[in-house]
Amino acid sequence: MAEFKKADSMLEWFDQRLGVVNFAKVMMTEYWIPKNINFLWAMGVLLTVLFTFLLVSGIFLLMYYKPDANMAFDSVNYTIMQEVAYGWLFRHIHAVGASVVFLVIYIHMFTGIYYGSYKKGREMIWISGMLLFVLFSAEGFSGYMLPWGQMSYWAAYVITEIFGGIPVIGDELVVWIRGNFYVADSTLTRFFMLHVLLIPLAILGAIAFHFYSLRFPHVNNEEGEFFDFDEEAEKYLAGNKKESKVVPFWPVFLSKDFFVLGFFMLFFFYLVFFHYGFAMDPINFDKADGLKTPAHIYPEWYFLWSYEVLRGWFFEIAGISGKDLGLMAFGFANAIFLVLPWLDRSPMVKPANQRPYFKYWFWLMIADLMVLTEFGKLPPTGPNAWVGFGASLTFLVLFIALPFITKAEAKKVEGK
Amino acid sequence: MKEFKILAVIVALVGITYYGIEPYAHSVMHPEVAPADFSFKDLKNVDTKLTGNAANGQALVEANCLACHAIEKAGHPAIMPNADAAASYGVVPPDLSQAGRIYDKNYLANFIFDPVSAMHLQHKYTPESGKAFPMPSYNWMTPQEIMDVVAYLQSIAPKAAEGKEAHKATFEAACGRCHNMKYAGIEATTPATVIKEHMGATPPDLSQYIKSRGEHYLHSFINDPQVLLKGTSMPRVGLNEKAQEEVIAYMEEVGDSKKAERESLGVWVLLYTFVFAILAYLWKRKIWSEVH
Repeated sequence: MAEFKKADSMLEWFDQRLGVVNFAKVMMTEYWIPKNINFLWAMGVLLTVLFTFLLVSGIFLLMYYKPDANMAFDSVNYTIMQEVAYGWLFRHIHAVGASVVFLVIYIHMFTGIYYGSYKKGREMIWISGMLLFVLFSAEGFSGYMLPWGQMSYWAAYVITEIFGGIPVIGDELVVWIRGNFYVADSTLTRFFMLHVLLIPLAILGAIAFHFYSLRFPHVNNEEGEFFDFDEEAEKYLAGNKKESKVVPFWPVFLSKDFFVLGFFMLFFFYLVFFHYGFAMDPINFDKADGLKTPAHIYPEWYFLWSYEVLRGWFFEIAGISGKDLGLMAFGFANAIFLVLPWLDRSPMVKPANQRPYFKYWFWLMIADLMVLTEFGKLPPTGPNAWVGFGASLTFLVLFIALPFITKAEAKKVEGK
Repeated sequence: MKEFKILAVIVALVGITYYGIEPYAHSVMHPEVAPADFSFKDLKNVDTKLTGNAANGQALVEANCLACHAIEKAGHPAIMPNADAAASYGVVPPDLSQAGRIYDKNYLANFIFDPVSAMHLQHKYTPESGKAFPMPSYNWMTPQEIMDVVAYLQSIAPKAAEGKEAHKATFEAACGRCHNMKYAGIEATTPATVIKEHMGATPPDLSQYIKSRGEHYLHSFINDPQVLLKGTSMPRVGLNEKAQEEVIAYMEEVGDSKKAERESLGVWVLLYTFVFAILAYLWKRKIWSEVH
């Protein structure tokens, strides 16, 4: 056993036992972040804070929520919203937070794509981030069912039905997921388990992994510049703070994040108190009724683009039914972002607008996702169905074309 | 400057998307309908310009209405318990104490003349359906007699009051014979099985309708259900604007009881967050002045 001398301070006492001084250095004061960044680099901290909000408000909601088809609706809309002191506040924070967290995830994700922060050593950051996206999607979907309103029920019905399209095992798979032949109490209880235990556990693990994956390749910067972090860190520690290209995580990087966070929270709380309708669909204030289909069924806004990719294929092509084509496109759309680092064949790490071809691809993709999102909500009738098909097809073409576009770009840049 | 440009791009993209999936999509899914008409202009069977004689109206009411209707206010209690009345008529006949206060005058006069056309339920009570509305038409009365009845009902109606209790009284008189309001402990006076048989479907519980339908929808819907939900068996009940506002106010008091708390707390939280944001900005300026 190592020899312990009597500690002179509490800090020393803890340092002897837990190495807190070194730990704080590694995690905070000597964790180096590039200096050349803008407010988009604060999204990670925003997401961490939002996730904490969701976790804490979720714990409070859990104390009164009843995962039972007969009691769930009233436990949310009466007990939590009206009886429990500030229960409404926790629900509003949870519902609005769940919606806004996706807005920030998308900004975070497209920032990564725009600045090329997924390649040349940063592949694992990207993959762990996409894993988090998948987990958050599952968390959002399972949570949306819990209030047991009409949209909870019918969105769950439609989305679980999608798995029925998988060849051979489809029908059995749907029953296995629902725990019944239709969406029922058993579905609610298992989604409750997923929402409050299994998926949050996985998310916590994935967040830790995502943070860890940043340590070796380091955070990207606004110009995609590669430099020696150790060298720059030495400059900083030697007192050449202005000259150094890096800043420590604490307090320099976080001070900027807190500033961004402050203004973001103004927006967030405005939504929580005064403009929450977009996150709490009116239809969901009607209790679930398996015999009464709502006139319009649509998922939450953050799933609309992939829902529209699914729905866009409404006619048979070469003997394959529209439903199956949609399912294939849907599977493609949800998996393709994961392999983005290998679709981008150009070694250039630069903001999109400094890349001759990629910039067109990037803004086209954003425009296409916006069209998909918009038409994912509108009724799929008449010309809407064709716009949906066009946007869905464009999405596939964009991603299939990406390796060729970036390869050509690499050649053009080399040739210069 | 560059950061403001980035922010502007993000705000624009998010704003366009938001506009598309919220205001625009809602306008497509719920097109605007004709504005609510609180004078019930389509009803023209009775000349409502005639001045009614309340004393004569009282005699007419006592001779024609009391066989079915209670008028507690004038000392005429219900003849039988609600369950029996519901079983006899399909729905509990309303106590007329509040009729003069909550119903529009033109509507009330035309309702007495012909209930089914006033309620816009001609599609339900067709000759082929074999169904008849429990209250007969009093189209044999002269317009003057009908206006006498209306004048009498208005003369006995209680004065309008303010506050939640008054809103509740209006809600119960206007909606409470068919609809439950679970979150306020209100149960329809007509038993559930009977009203289902009478209406063809169980009238919904209204506890959360202020949230699921919203004030804007309710404003049109209560005024004339057929405009938004063609073919529904919910009658046009003929509330005047004031009574309808009270009904909606009550639905909000029950369905969104924390509204006042939410809005006052919201201001404080925003103020607090604003102070945090300013302090965070000042701190950031101080820290970054050393590295820039």
